[in-house]
Amino acid sequence: MKKLQILGPGCPKCTELAKRTEAAAKAAGGDFEVEKVSDLSKIMAFGVMMTPALVVDGEVKVVGQVPSVEEIKKMIA
Amino acid sequence: MDNQQGQDQAATLKAVAEGIKQPVSLVSKMKEAWADVPLGKLALLGLGLLLWWPMYSRLVPFSEWVTYNVFRIPPGTHLAEAVAFFFLDVPKVFMLLVLVVFGVGMLRSFFTPERTRGILAGKREILGDFMAAGLGVVTPFCSCSAVPLFIGFVEAGIPIGVTFAFLISAPMVNEIALVLLFGLFGWRIALIYLSMGLAIAILSGIVIGRLNMERQVEDWVYEIRMGPTPAHLQRLSFMERIDYGLNQVKEIVGKVWFYIILGIGAGAAIHGYVPEGFLAALMGRQAWWSVPAAVILGAPLYSNAAGIIPVVQALLGKGAALGTVLAFMMSIIGISFPEIVILRKVLKPKLIAVFVGVVTVGITIVGFIFNAIM
Repeated sequence: MKKLQILGPGCPKCTELAKRTEAAAKAAGGDFEVEKVSDLSKIMAFGVMMTPALVVDGEVKVVGQVPSVEEIKKMIA
Repeated sequence: MDNQQGQDQAATLKAVAEGIKQPVSLVSKMKEAWADVPLGKLALLGLGLLLWWPMYSRLVPFSEWVTYNVFRIPPGTHLAEAVAFFFLDVPKVFMLLVLVVFGVGMLRSFFTPERTRGILAGKREILGDFMAAGLGVVTPFCSCSAVPLFIGFVEAGIPIGVTFAFLISAPMVNEIALVLLFGLFGWRIALIYLSMGLAIAILSGIVIGRLNMERQVEDWVYEIRMGPTPAHLQRLSFMERIDYGLNQVKEIVGKVWFYIILGIGAGAAIHGYVPEGFLAALMGRQAWWSVPAAVILGAPLYSNAAGIIPVVQALLGKGAALGTVLAFMMSIIGISFPEIVILRKVLKPKLIAVFVGVVTVGITIVGFIFNAIM
């Protein structure tokens, strides 16, 4: 099972990234656990200063941007 | 013997075949490498860049054609003035915006906040204030990221004053505003705006640094430990930078187009219907109180640079003084209510008040100076 974490304190872009990640996970069809991380100390622990960010199995994949569902699908594959 | 010959021949043939195969595989390797480069996209991009100037330089005749030939509005009327203004500025602003946001987007892909933080870490107050203000212009910044950015800076030991110099310069010296001012008014006003914004950020940084505000940051901020920056995010290929620029265009134009049309609409109405020199008494150089009034009026208003500049253009055309108008604009884009709400999470009310106060006073002073020297 892959763990997908969306880092963001709740800005509109973060919500959008969460939505697209869920859509991508559904489309990819694998076994995914999607978690939203809004606690700032946890966000900062990933070394991230721009939100939103997408983390796949502990590895930061995107920072400060909202990629398309297709792009996210590649990142979580 | 025959058999031997046959084998030799076969070996030779095989060698020849391999010899032929060798260059083929090289070509196919090159093809593979090129397959990653989206040629269609690059060609389209190049075509767009080539066509940009011929189109841009013909916008005045275009706006006249729309006004007088398409809408058949008699020349010289208020309506004609307003409509021509609108159809000149809308395409002009959009063309400038797309080009600039793309260019700046590519530039910004080199200046991540992580890199900026690395540069500023360990710098002393005054030098740090100057550098932070400069880096604030080129580092990508969104007010929604202000809090993690603030924490990241504090955690790296960057002084509060230097952090604020960055936080003030980043939204206020806005590349969109800079280029729109350049396109609509020329390089002189663009340069004045740039230096004004930098001066306010640097001075505010110095003042806040002197006020010993460290204890006015919420205590939990100092307890946060930041993880190491993910290294692979720092390296981008050229194509990735192009994509970053294109994404920025999509995102920013998608976000601001409505404000721009609204702003240009308001500008067009002012341009067409407000008499020449009408604002001279109200916002002119003689009216000293107009600068603080403009700043106070602008502080609670919030718009992005793209929406406010067409209004600036119209105000200037009607006799408002440059310093007053720029102060109004900077107060609108530099002090934003949403950002203050976000920063309240990490700053105690006293520091919020100092931040707003110092920036307000800074904008007012610089507005006065420009009215005095221009």
